Amino acid sequence: MIDRPTFWLVVVVLGGGTYLIRLSFLGLLGNRPLPLWLVRALRYTAVAVLPALVAPAILWPPATEDAPDPVRLGAIAVTVLAGVLTRNMIAAIGAGGAAFYLLPMVLAAT
Amino acid sequence: MPKPISQTRKAFFKGAAHALSFFVVIVPFAMLFGVLSAEAGLGPWETQIFFVAVFAGASQLAALQLMQDQAPVLVILATGLAVNLRMMMSSVALTPHLGAAPLGIRATIAYFPVDQRFALSLAEFDKNRSQSVAEKVAYFFGTVTPITAVWNVSTAVGAHLGRAVPDSWGLDFAMPITFVGMTAAMLTTLPHAVAMAVSVAVTLALWAMPYGTGLLVGAAAGMAAGAITEAWRARA
Repeated sequence: MIDRPTFWLVVVVLGGGTYLIRLSFLGLLGNRPLPLWLVRALRYTAVAVLPALVAPAILWPPATEDAPDPVRLGAIAVTVLAGVLTRNMIAAIGAGGAAFYLLPMVLAAT
Repeated sequence: MPKPISQTRKAFFKGAAHALSFFVVIVPFAMLFGVLSAEAGLGPWETQIFFVAVFAGASQLAALQLMQDQAPVLVILATGLAVNLRMMMSSVALTPHLGAAPLGIRATIAYFPVDQRFALSLAEFDKNRSQSVAEKVAYFFGTVTPITAVWNVSTAVGAHLGRAVPDSWGLDFAMPITFVGMTAAMLTTLPHAVAMAVSVAVTLALWAMPYGTGLLVGAAAGMAAGAITEAWRARA
């Protein structure tokens, strides 16, 4: 269950902070180049945060009481493969989702 | 010679037409957020306010998961904002095109999410024909108007469907697949792959650290590793 005071604090601060990030250059800092080190760090924020956020749930899924699950690991492998090959987020998620539902049937048949 | 007003109207509808290609991504993504919010116990209105306040799908999902895991509030905020830091690059990319617009307009533009692809399309416009700032602003609002509408409606639909989705669908795994799919599609260079690998490895190694803080250390290490790899390759 989500704690309500925490929730509302997150809504306000995450919303305001995200707005300020978007406003940063367009509204306040204007037409000046970013320092190179900052551009370099920003480029890798998403690829650093997103997979790390879900890595534990992939290896030790709460739904299987933290036991590694071949179906989930297989579905993630398919997602990565499809994403790297197609460079298309929707194709990757679609392939991973399909694998998640089809793999149990394949495993049951063998 | 056409009047300027019809030029801006044309730019608005051109933007709206270009927005259609984004629906494929937005509809499932926004619905997923709505469904997962409902599963987490948020009411439809709470979900909608959350969405309207933040308007950045990946960070909303990240914050949602961490709130469910009872992570400390500072960890939730730091993680959510870290996911959105990349938007600073879009802000930089928009400035040459829209920086001359009045402050009120720019302050409004800053509310809407802009992905890299969109910033590129503005640049593309410049190549064909030099547009006035008013036309670019019209194009921008033409793009975000249908996107915002569809995003809101899809979130609301998801929030209402939410609790009707049975556990057997395994929706607990929708977020891992979504984030991994987003990341995999972004792995276009070696530094990106290094950033991801280091971040995941450090986060897993630090999993015993007080909840969520290992993730922040891991993400920072991943960002640094990506930046260092890029700098190293630029020198080589």
